Amino acid sequence: MKTISTLRMSLISLKRNPTRTMLTMLGIIIGIAAVITMMEIGNGSKTSIKNSIEKMGANSIMVMPGAMRAPGGARAGSGTAVSLVPADADAIGSECPSVGAYSPVVRGSGIHVVFGNVDWEPGNIYGVSPAYLDIRAWQIEEGRCFTNAEVDTNARVCVVGSTIVKEVFGGMSPLNSELRIGEVTFEVIGVLKSKGANMMGMDEDDCVLTPWTTLRMRVTGLKYGSASNTSSSVSSSPGAKFAVSGLALYPEQDPRITQDHLFYAKQTQLNQIIFSAVSVDKVADATREVSQLLRKRHRLKVDDEDDFRVFNASDFMNMLNQTSTLMTNLLLGVALLSLLVGGVGIMNIMLVSVTERTREIGLRMAVGARSRDILKQFLIESVVLCLSGGIIGIVLGHTMSLLIEKFARWPIESSPGAVVAAVAVSVTVGVLFGFYPAWKASKLDPIEALRYE
Amino acid sequence: MSKLIELENITKTYFLGEIDVPVLKGISLNIEHGEYVALMGASGSGKSTLMNILGCLDRPTSGRYLLEGEEVGSASGDRRALIRNRKIGFVFQNFNLLARTSALENVIMPLNYTNSALSGAECRKRGMEALEQVGIADRAGHHPSQLSGGQQQRVAIARALINRPPLLFADEPTGNLDSHTSVEVMEMFSKLNSEGITVILVTHSEEIANFAKRVIHVSDGRIVSGVYSSRTGA
Repeated sequence: MKTISTLRMSLISLKRNPTRTMLTMLGIIIGIAAVITMMEIGNGSKTSIKNSIEKMGANSIMVMPGAMRAPGGARAGSGTAVSLVPADADAIGSECPSVGAYSPVVRGSGIHVVFGNVDWEPGNIYGVSPAYLDIRAWQIEEGRCFTNAEVDTNARVCVVGSTIVKEVFGGMSPLNSELRIGEVTFEVIGVLKSKGANMMGMDEDDCVLTPWTTLRMRVTGLKYGSASNTSSSVSSSPGAKFAVSGLALYPEQDPRITQDHLFYAKQTQLNQIIFSAVSVDKVADATREVSQLLRKRHRLKVDDEDDFRVFNASDFMNMLNQTSTLMTNLLLGVALLSLLVGGVGIMNIMLVSVTERTREIGLRMAVGARSRDILKQFLIESVVLCLSGGIIGIVLGHTMSLLIEKFARWPIESSPGAVVAAVAVSVTVGVLFGFYPAWKASKLDPIEALRYE
Repeated sequence: MSKLIELENITKTYFLGEIDVPVLKGISLNIEHGEYVALMGASGSGKSTLMNILGCLDRPTSGRYLLEGEEVGSASGDRRALIRNRKIGFVFQNFNLLARTSALENVIMPLNYTNSALSGAECRKRGMEALEQVGIADRAGHHPSQLSGGQQQRVAIARALINRPPLLFADEPTGNLDSHTSVEVMEMFSKLNSEGITVILVTHSEEIANFAKRVIHVSDGRIVSGVYSSRTGA
């Protein structure tokens, strides 16, 4: 029998009972729609993670202190150890061939900024060096960034993000304004170009950047002692020299003494060192070199665990991707399960249909249909049913993800692979679950079937 | 006249568990091209079983059945499907038309199972010819529910004729029709027979059987009269 005429026949018999056909397809429609929506959301989040990584600087690498171990051996969580010192940052810059630019990072958390009558707690206050902006691929919109000389002299200058301009300065140019950070007054010398939200969804523009020396010595240092204490630790600690006159920028210290002199260490420890690999394909090399260097500098024994953690953008991206892939796969599994249920529904209705059309099957056999013709007819009918359900599901799923994009503002990316897979899956479901009813129909005895009431 | 059907000592026994039920107990019968035969018998006489065997829907337990010289009693299922398609037309008591399908579509349905390269247009042309042959070409687009019983039976006859078979089976063709329409349908069979088609009627009605030129009575699995064709004069 010709496939085209079989196809026409199945379309006719499906059209004979449109309500039932629709209800039968519903399982497949929902299943396929769910698969398509999941895939599009999954793809969208992957792309947006990739974009934010690129925004962060594709070849940037971060080193953070590891977890502090309390005397009992309890871990206090990542970043609590006092292990990174400014000298580590300089060593990374001078001793690792795969490292390009580097910058120490000091974080000021819980510090408010005040301008006029506005009191604001920025999302991030970072003390950095000018190289930070290159590493993060961040540009200045207006004004300028601070210089290395200003870092060396603990200058009270800062650069602010666009959210600060909007919220603290009411949208007016903040250049040359006086901004109080904590208890110290800074001069605003530049505005950063807007970067938007990062991959965690946090506003990157809600930030203030100052020279790291200023933030560490003048602002956050206050938390550990009195104001006079802080300033004296800079100017009068043994060996402290000013760079301009050939003096060191920070007090010399031996990592071995940090555990014993916690106050001293707190004054100079870094929250982070950020650096860039000389090129994107050197990221792994740079990461390895830095780990080896820091282990050496921190005098770790071979079987000691690292007292620092190195993140590079691609590791971070992989981590986030893993999470989002896991979620997508989980939901995809649920969607596939509903396809299975849809398939069982198809089988159920096809069995009913075979019983209902016993006489028709008998007649077709009487006028010359072979067993395999009947098998083919019902199989094609089931495939047509699933395929139309699949196509409706694809359209519905895509519409749904467009709606999600519009109203929930989730990133969506259409996935041609998912469409192909959906078509393949619906055909497979049709063959798989249509086979038993079709086989049953083909095995009917024409005499019995013709007599069936 | 060449022989269309030759039956030689056909038996049919149903094996129901431990009991064997013999339904046909040795039937020998010849039917020639162009005959008009009525097969009569009470219910349970075996006439339906005989018809199923003659119509290649069922296999005899033993004996030989030659249709146009070909042994079909032991042919494969696919072979018998092909024979039903090309050589035999069936007309049923309850018409057996596909609901919600036009008369024309019903008529050309058997062409789906024919191994010929007829295009859709050619199929419809042949369908219209068959509908003209039974005189209801003007109803080609109607669904069975829009047709009277007599018209439905004519559509069924047109369907039986679509592959121009030499043999037409009619199983109680007037069982669901009133007497006036019955006569019309029976005249249709007479007309087709006069055009050279062999017609075998299965009926329990004497009136209907009278349209045929030869009446075969079956009782208790045996032919009790009409074994020999009236034309051979035996």
